[in-house]
Amino acid sequence: MSLDLVVQYLTSQSFLNGAWITLLITLVSLFFGVLAGFIIALAQQVRFAPVRVLTVLYLWLFRGTPVLFQIIFIYNVLPSFDIRFNAFWSGVIALSLNEGAYMAEIIRSGLQSVKKGQRVAGQALGMSRLSILRWIIMPQAARIVLPPMGNQMIGMLKTSALVSVIAVQDLLLVANQTASADFRYFEALTAAGIYYLGLTTIFMMAQGAMESALDPKLRRRRAAGDRGPRAVARRILTSIQTAGGDNVR
Amino acid sequence: MSAEEKILELVDVYKTFDDLTVLKGCNLRVKKKETVVLIGPSGSGKSTLLRCINLLEPPSKGSVVFEGHEVSGDLRGADKLRRDIGMVFQNFELFQHLSAVENIMLAPMKVLGMSKADAHDLGLELLRKVHIPERADHFPDELSGGQQQRVAIARALAMRPKIMLYDEPTSALDPEMIREVLDVMTELSNEGMTTVCVTHEMGFARRAADRIVFMEDGCILEDAATEEFFGGRANERAQKFLSQILH
Ligand SMILES: Nc1ncnc2c1ncn2[C@@H]1O[C@H](COP(=O)(O)OP(=O)(O)O)[C@@H](O)[C@H]1O
Ligand SMILES: [Mg+2]
Repeated sequence: MSLDLVVQYLTSQSFLNGAWITLLITLVSLFFGVLAGFIIALAQQVRFAPVRVLTVLYLWLFRGTPVLFQIIFIYNVLPSFDIRFNAFWSGVIALSLNEGAYMAEIIRSGLQSVKKGQRVAGQALGMSRLSILRWIIMPQAARIVLPPMGNQMIGMLKTSALVSVIAVQDLLLVANQTASADFRYFEALTAAGIYYLGLTTIFMMAQGAMESALDPKLRRRRAAGDRGPRAVARRILTSIQTAGGDNVR
Repeated sequence: MSAEEKILELVDVYKTFDDLTVLKGCNLRVKKKETVVLIGPSGSGKSTLLRCINLLEPPSKGSVVFEGHEVSGDLRGADKLRRDIGMVFQNFELFQHLSAVENIMLAPMKVLGMSKADAHDLGLELLRKVHIPERADHFPDELSGGQQQRVAIARALAMRPKIMLYDEPTSALDPEMIREVLDVMTELSNEGMTTVCVTHEMGFARRAADRIVFMEDGCILEDAATEEFFGGRANERAQKFLSQILH
């Protein structure tokens, strides 16, 4: 094994591009995935029955088939109905719709975890429905939702590698191509692994930071001086242990 | 009772849930600065009656008249009505993600558009009024039940309500904390806050109430001045209930 070659791959333009594509696909798909999940979660509470039937159909389709199948389907089958997307957007659409199905469940349970009395207390103060959702329900649901949502986000970083089957030049495809061109599987895949680990670590830390930002008591303790290097190290360690724990796919 | 001094009136209020009729034609009048204590067996409809007043439960039939205006006809005005009616719950229902003072600040800021600084001042002033200024930055789960309920009272007062509704405010409290909550309520009542309170604390009723209303099975069976009620002149069912809760 050549350490120099690993470093060379790590700093090469093609690997950097691959990592960038992986990060971009992940972030864009997460954005639309959370959006889809939020819409589905709210739609599930609509009284009009056909809307609820549609959400059930959506969840059934996207949770009942492999995400790899969905990616290939959107890229290869939809064009025969004259619906065309390039490889990047096919990947993003499939990942977003799939993610939406899982996020919906997480967001729904988060909204439901806020007890009815909290809403009633807001009503009794004369607050509007929207105000109650924004200032009472959502901040409390966010604290419940964030840990599983963070897991989904880290999961997405890894799942995004599946788009390499439709020739999106993501990190995995770049590594694989480089490896087979140079016959240096070990070095190329090690370089890709390092990128993946780096990205997931950043996600975990971001998740930990968001969790404590949403925890008013933690915030207060931190303001009172819990800031030293040991405290920071402890927080990162706990965020690694708790984040990305159980990913189903 | 002259029209000017009457602040609230329920006229022949019915409430039906699916096929269960919980309120069967209730009539109640509350004068300004008056304190009314509502008692009755569990399940008799006391909470429902209270929730009809601020339209958390719109009456199925009959009307709610607040300051001379019928308010139960059009529920679009309910948010506005509720600004003027403070409500305190058995389980406090403080917002768990906000500190004591933030709980008080939220509605004035989001409903009345008060500035953060003004709302904070108001919050601290009201915490002094309920005797816990030192707990301003504590979160609900760091407060005792009695303290939480006093913050909840302060939160309701922050909207400068014209009437306060309490639904069994002390029945979720340990005995040693009941007093501190009742003291605050008594002070408010003595200062002239119009009050309707569901409670079985008869000591509070004797001290603070002008009238006692007794409900059973969705009907108001007795509505008497406090001295009369405790002076043995209440109706038979009310007497029976009273002797049960006093022993
Ligand atoms: N939202 C509701 N849906 C159905 N039944 C209800 C509802 N709220 C109250 N009830 C019923 O109405 C009756 C009176 O309840 P409540 O007003 O809470 O009585 P109280 O406060 O006197 O104990 C009870 O039988 C209760 O089960
Ligand atoms: Mg009740």
